[in-house]
Amino acid sequence: MRRAWIVVWKDVLSERRSKESLNALVFFSLLLLFVFQFALGPERAKVETALPGLLWLGFVLAGLLAFGRTFLVERENDCWEGLVLAPGDKSAIYLGKLAGNVLLMAVVEAVLVLLFALFFNLDFTSALPGLVLVLALGTLGLAAVGTLFGAITAQLRARELLFPVLLLPAAVPVLLASVSATQTVLLGEPLADAAAWLKLLAVADLVYLVIGVLTFEFVLEG
Amino acid sequence: MIATGPDAVREQTPPLPASDLVVEATHLRKRFGLTCALEEVSLSLEAGCGLTLLGPNGTGKSTLLRILATLLRPTSGSLRITGLDALKEPAAVRGAIDMVGHGTWIYEDLTAIENLRFWSVMGGHDAARARLRAALESVELDTVAECRARIFSAGMKRRLALARVLLGRARLLLLDEPFTGLDRAGRKWLGEFLMSFKARGGAFVVATHSFDAGLGVADRIAILAGGRLALDRPTTELGHDDLRRLYDDLALGPGVAS
Repeated sequence: MRRAWIVVWKDVLSERRSKESLNALVFFSLLLLFVFQFALGPERAKVETALPGLLWLGFVLAGLLAFGRTFLVERENDCWEGLVLAPGDKSAIYLGKLAGNVLLMAVVEAVLVLLFALFFNLDFTSALPGLVLVLALGTLGLAAVGTLFGAITAQLRARELLFPVLLLPAAVPVLLASVSATQTVLLGEPLADAAAWLKLLAVADLVYLVIGVLTFEFVLEG
Repeated sequence: MIATGPDAVREQTPPLPASDLVVEATHLRKRFGLTCALEEVSLSLEAGCGLTLLGPNGTGKSTLLRILATLLRPTSGSLRITGLDALKEPAAVRGAIDMVGHGTWIYEDLTAIENLRFWSVMGGHDAARARLRAALESVELDTVAECRARIFSAGMKRRLALARVLLGRARLLLLDEPFTGLDRAGRKWLGEFLMSFKARGGAFVVATHSFDAGLGVADRIAILAGGRLALDRPTTELGHDDLRRLYDDLALGPGVAS
């Protein structure tokens, strides 16, 4: 746990100082909203129907940018070698990187939800507890598989091309369940109506997390 | 009063356990596709011994170091580090290895002391602030302890990497071109550090093409030429001039003496 914590500490501190990913992601989210605004127009019904899909499209695109960069910092100055040579369980590095990605995505998602509310004049207040639960489960699953594929593709020359090609098909169960559960929550229906999707999300999170923990050592060794 | 010098930090950790052979490499070969980087390289290194690996660029020095560090698997051959099979159980021997390669393992957005803290925790070592500061003081970086590594010169980054080595408990230290970017004082300090490392029962391999700097710290000299070990002798067997002539002949070809 100490090693996982120091990886989170290092990544959060580096990001807080450089703001490389955060600035790019927030600016990217803003651009997305402008595009959505132009595409959907002022019709409220159209916005409400498309909202769950639009939200998750924003999160996935932001995730593609964020997760792909996770391990690139380790290539600088050959830090990757140090991680390989570090004694102990390598899954701590995966868990630390995953926690860092979840934190980064949480900030981006908070900004994006807030901007959606402002741009489209929506009120998320009543749906907020359910929305937070769906976002937390969906983000964990997306980040779990994104962190692993980020590590796999960090060593490849065609990483920018391969990363989305690998990630998107693998994240289909998470995206499907997240969009459906978000729709239920935003329509104001009881959370129990989305129980099947939430169960699928929880199982997918667990499966991706276990796969990540078990395979990360081999990925790191290349 | 805070002690300075390489021993200031290392003396806080118990001495390394004595053992005979730290490295036993036998018939190592490494091929990258059709290119043969190493051919039939065998060497052994006892505890308390320093080996300088000389050779011009592209003769396989870095490849050999990476194999010894368990970062690269040889195509064939065997490798034992501290008596354990490093090809079968790389994870078991990694705690005994430290390396300063071409990369310095430095995170540019962290300060010097934060970099040391990170690698101390990752290595499972004591990351007490006083210990980290003492390591920085040993490499004369204590005045920039709270500065981000991004502003450091190449020499300062190399010193910071050596401060990281000070904090560990490696029995085998692998250094790739360690003299690059170091000024005279830095080279002197590095020489002292390597002597102290040997005295504590550690063994080191320094890969360099800098003949004089490499010779100054070694008990044994090995010369790699075309991926083969052309010479492996104690430095006491031959004088400086003889070694220089041999190096020029073996590494650069007969009659190319400088």
